[in-house]
Amino acid sequence: MRNVLTIAGRELRSIFVSPIAYVVMTGFLLLGGWFFFNLLARFNLLVSMYSSFQGGAEAMQRLNVNEFVLAPLFHNLSVVLVILVPMITMRGFAEEKRAGTYELLLTSPVATWEIVLGKFVGMIAFITVMIGLTSIYGLILWAYGNPEVGIMLSGYAGLLLLAITFVTIGLFASSLTENQIIAAVTGLVMLLLLFVIAWPADSAGKTIGDVLRYVSVTEHFADLVKGVIDSKSLVYFATMIAGWLFLTQRSVESIRWR
Amino acid sequence: MIEVHELTKRYGDREAVKGISFSAARGQVLGFLGPNGAGKTTTMRMLTGFLPPSSGTARIAGFDIFTQSHEVRRRIGYLPENPPLYPDMTVRAYLTFVAKLKGVERGRVKSACEAAIERTGLGDVSGRLLAHLSKGYKQRAGLAQALIHEPEVLVLDEPTIGLDPRQIIEIRQLIKGLVSGDRTVILSTHILPEVAQVCDKVVIINSGRIACEDSIENLTRDATLEEVFLRHISADAAAEERAAHALAEAEARV
Ligand SMILES: Nc1ncnc2c1ncn2[C@@H]1O[C@H](COP(=O)(O)OP(=O)(O)OP(=O)(O)O)[C@@H](O)[C@H]1O
Ligand SMILES: [Mg+2]
Repeated sequence: MRNVLTIAGRELRSIFVSPIAYVVMTGFLLLGGWFFFNLLARFNLLVSMYSSFQGGAEAMQRLNVNEFVLAPLFHNLSVVLVILVPMITMRGFAEEKRAGTYELLLTSPVATWEIVLGKFVGMIAFITVMIGLTSIYGLILWAYGNPEVGIMLSGYAGLLLLAITFVTIGLFASSLTENQIIAAVTGLVMLLLLFVIAWPADSAGKTIGDVLRYVSVTEHFADLVKGVIDSKSLVYFATMIAGWLFLTQRSVESIRWR
Repeated sequence: MIEVHELTKRYGDREAVKGISFSAARGQVLGFLGPNGAGKTTTMRMLTGFLPPSSGTARIAGFDIFTQSHEVRRRIGYLPENPPLYPDMTVRAYLTFVAKLKGVERGRVKSACEAAIERTGLGDVSGRLLAHLSKGYKQRAGLAQALIHEPEVLVLDEPTIGLDPRQIIEIRQLIKGLVSGDRTVILSTHILPEVAQVCDKVVIINSGRIACEDSIENLTRDATLEEVFLRHISADAAAEERAAHALAEAEARV
């Protein structure tokens, strides 16, 4: 455990001293702010439109900030994460291999799973801070409107679980190469696949369709955003995270078999 | 302390190290010599647990490098060919990290760092970023990293490569200082006077095979180390050439 924290600490530190971290974080918050502002503006427009109608009061009951502002915001942020998470994870192992520090890590008395877990913890600490900063949008809504806090929290949990899953996939991609660009592109392609893998589900027949829908991240994430906390989704995220971490550990360890 | 037995490493179908055996006793300093591409780095990577051997074994302090890799890694300090430094860390932060990684007890991390900084003369630059150090100081940081946990065995891969003559002498002095008492050291280098000054024993490796293993006194009794080195690598090369020639002839006859 101590080794995991040692490695996580170094990872987090190196993320924070690199300009990439600030570019990614600024980009994420800038885009998030832009989405939020526009969604809110649209919501206001709808509210004022409905309230000027005859009998609009009833329709207005159906307008709520969770559905019209937060849900689309989370979905937009999830797409941004697909692109930005690989920028954070690409350094993971690739840079260590290039710099030769991989040799230090692997010849130290630490287990490979400790190295993998350490990097993972360092990276999700950064991602958590980044996503945590977007809670400002939630706070604004909470202060000036009346969102359903439960649904909002469930949405944030979904975004965080999604990001953590993305980190494990990015880390796996990084363990395959010593070239950061290749790591980033591989990670990006894998994440996009995870998003679109369910596209043929409707035409693929019942069983295959269900499997594809379960494998794809979209539905599980959408459920959480809607406030539906299904144990199936939680099992999905837990399996993904553990599974990709396991594969990363195998990939790092594989240097010892060759 | 170090016993290498029939150690072999294949990269694909290319054999880089071909069943080498040698040993070093506790407290000995072993000079590991050989021309470029002879397999020195590959051998050291196997001994330190970075690469698995394709076949053969080695024991370090009684532990098998493959099946008891963890125990071996606890006892080894390793300076790879390129010092494994994180450019974005200061010298002190880096050494603190390595100390924890090598399992130095929590309460002793700080004193271990200070001792390593002191030993390797890094005091003046301990607050600077590794990226900004000169090559000589990077090499010192690499050495400090290798000895921070007071390992029983030190494996140094060309510690004086690419340094100016003054730095070479200083680093060599430093290595001499590290070689105290019980510590066993394997040192690879191309600088033969260095070997004569620092080492007790010499192993010469040539295209993956041991060409010579002997104490420094025996080797330099009636020739300089340079002559010995050249004789061994050319004798071997000549033998190999003859073998290849014979093989080609045999094939031509078939
Ligand atoms: N990762 C690798 N994949 C394939 N071949 C390799 C690899 N590493 C080394 N080799 C080959 O193995 C042989 C031995 O290399 P090694 O680096 O061990 O030599 P060396 O004695 O350290 O040489 P030098 O004095 O130049 O450092 C060389 O022919 C080299 O090309
Ligand atoms: Mg070498």
